[in-house]
Amino acid sequence: MLMKLLIKNGHVIDPANGIDGVTDIYIENGVVAEVGKNEDLDGVELEVIDATGKVVAPGLVDMHVHLREPGQEYKETIETGTRAAVYGGVTSVACMPNTEPVCDNESVVRFIKERAKETGYANVFPVGAVSKGLEGKLLSEIGEMVFNGAVAVSDDGHPVENSALMRRAMQYSDMFDITVISHCEDMALGEGDMNEGAVASELGLRGISAAAEEVMASRDILLAESLGCRVHIAHISTKGTVELIRQAKKRGVKVTCETCPHYFTLTDEACRGYNTNAKMNPPLRTSEDVSAIKEGLKDGTIDCIVTDHAPHHPDEKQCEFGYAKNGIVGLETSLGLGIKELVKEGYLSMSQLIEKMSKNPSEILGISKGTLSVGRSADVVIFDPEAEWTVDINKLHSKSKNSPFDGFKLYGKPEYVIVNGEIVINSGELMK
Amino acid sequence: MKQNLLGLEDLSADQIKNILSHAAEMKKIVLSDCKKIPNLQGKTVVNLFYENSTRTRTSFELAAKYMGANATNISSSGSSVAKGESLIDTAETLDSMGTDILVMRHSMSGAPNVIAPLIKASVVNAGDGMHEHPTQALLDMLTMIEHKGGIEGLKVAIIGDVYHSRVVRSNVYGLTKLGAEVTLGGPATLMPKDIDKMGVRVFNNVQEAIVDADVVMALRIQLERQKKGLFPSVREYFRFFGVDQSRLKLAKPDAIVMHPGPVNRGVELSSSVIDGDRSVITQQVTSGVAVRMAVMDMLIHGGF
Repeated sequence: MLMKLLIKNGHVIDPANGIDGVTDIYIENGVVAEVGKNEDLDGVELEVIDATGKVVAPGLVDMHVHLREPGQEYKETIETGTRAAVYGGVTSVACMPNTEPVCDNESVVRFIKERAKETGYANVFPVGAVSKGLEGKLLSEIGEMVFNGAVAVSDDGHPVENSALMRRAMQYSDMFDITVISHCEDMALGEGDMNEGAVASELGLRGISAAAEEVMASRDILLAESLGCRVHIAHISTKGTVELIRQAKKRGVKVTCETCPHYFTLTDEACRGYNTNAKMNPPLRTSEDVSAIKEGLKDGTIDCIVTDHAPHHPDEKQCEFGYAKNGIVGLETSLGLGIKELVKEGYLSMSQLIEKMSKNPSEILGISKGTLSVGRSADVVIFDPEAEWTVDINKLHSKSKNSPFDGFKLYGKPEYVIVNGEIVINSGELMK
Repeated sequence: MKQNLLGLEDLSADQIKNILSHAAEMKKIVLSDCKKIPNLQGKTVVNLFYENSTRTRTSFELAAKYMGANATNISSSGSSVAKGESLIDTAETLDSMGTDILVMRHSMSGAPNVIAPLIKASVVNAGDGMHEHPTQALLDMLTMIEHKGGIEGLKVAIIGDVYHSRVVRSNVYGLTKLGAEVTLGGPATLMPKDIDKMGVRVFNNVQEAIVDADVVMALRIQLERQKKGLFPSVREYFRFFGVDQSRLKLAKPDAIVMHPGPVNRGVELSSSVIDGDRSVITQQVTSGVAVRMAVMDMLIHGGF
């Protein structure tokens, strides 16, 4: 039974509708019924959340996560991944296709949608593979995947090395009005363990140059520009990529991009001591890159903040650095890191942060999320941006605990999370 | 608290000096007629080698045996490593057999750093990837002291494949802590980015690196690096980066020539330099046994 729910006196931030002030949200039958004070509700039997002093925002949309199901359920499942998501205030995720089997055809897309319906806590939007088996050779059945619910295509984890294939993927995806998400990495340049520089040289680890990312970002920008098609550059990490995209946007290229909290929070110094929780691809860069990423977020060059949530089993991280898997979990720390590093530091207003974590990714994926518009399904996050909390990786709700943020003091742990009109997180804890 | 020797980065100048002075004593035993002392009697030393090695492994084994320890060798082929056992599981298994010192060589940088906190035995790094090879740098320094009287104020030129060299990194930590001036020379494609931040000067022109050196140390070139295209040919490498008699003339007249071995003759060094009177390469090998005796003795008896 979907209830009637009134969220009272919260600081409502809804960038899509230009709302940034104290008001009420009324939810009925799973959708936003009204935004604003309404005396007509006096006497109506309804549930009330008093959001005084708290931010009420559209549920966050993370367009880059790895849920690992099917195939690698020992790392994460759709159930555990979306559970972590809602704890982090994320009500919609787009999941990458590097599962086993690869999400490169309609049956896997349907499987993911069905499993999400059965076991998920958040909305799940599959991203299909660009190429069959992520092999970078033949286009996968993009049209059929879109018809079954795929919202974008990507060979994430692997770059599409063949430029002709990438060009065709952009052309073909354009017909179905979806974007290609490009993991930009020149494979030969990208061979290595961490960012190229003084730290790698000291640790004796193989360095990955910024050019490994920038060479491919340049290529994909040029391909999109020449075709007039869209492209979305995934998890950008370098100053050079920020500048490439800034210039491309000025020329009118239909390029969008995302970065992750770790790229505006940490540098390659985090790898010292062979800390495998600081190993990811692209690698953590330098403080100069971190500053450029923050500037890129501030001036609008960078559209979205995503987590690249990449759960791994302890055995895959507690080992030699060179053998450790790339990636970290991030769903439960992204909002907190965004508030701490961007809002508190004055790079973004709270409204801009919310925009980059909900409205913008929704628009890029073409999904009807990321706003509190009347009639939209009611996905809401409520948090106190002044309330400090400490990350304890052993208490994360993901199946995996591979985070470099253990012990970090962050702000704004979600207190209420509403998905399709239902309260999923209540007073910081899972309802069902 | 057990102590490990994972790298010279972790040691103070005084600790390094303590090891070197103890090693000088041990060298007398290595050079004596009766190479047996009881210092490690009843102790067990396991050499766990994930990479091929002749001199380092034999050196550790003899060092242990000269001090009366039980010593055994494990290589990655012919062990459960070949069956896919993880490094941690292998190390914990060996630890459970009463091992006092685990000597470890591994192709991955930082591998001993993973193991050291997990086991009871002291871990000695016998070379990890491109990171450190502390006992090599200690034996290099012992040899330098024997010829030059000390390390402070020496100019040491290290020539070759700096990128892949654990020998370089340990020597840079050790030599700079003891007050030497280190210059590195080699092709740009084999020079790690920003390595100068470790307190050394870097030259792509080998001549410039060698000028006025007290010590010229050439590094081994793995011939497979050429196959990866990091330099065009062995012939060209020698022409621009090899140390021959004419380049050696740029160093001080009494400069010594070192090499961690095994040498590719006519690649890193010309044969006439290897066999010449400035070469101390075989003395380095002798120093190696002494240094390893000193390190293991000190690990068991109170630390550095």
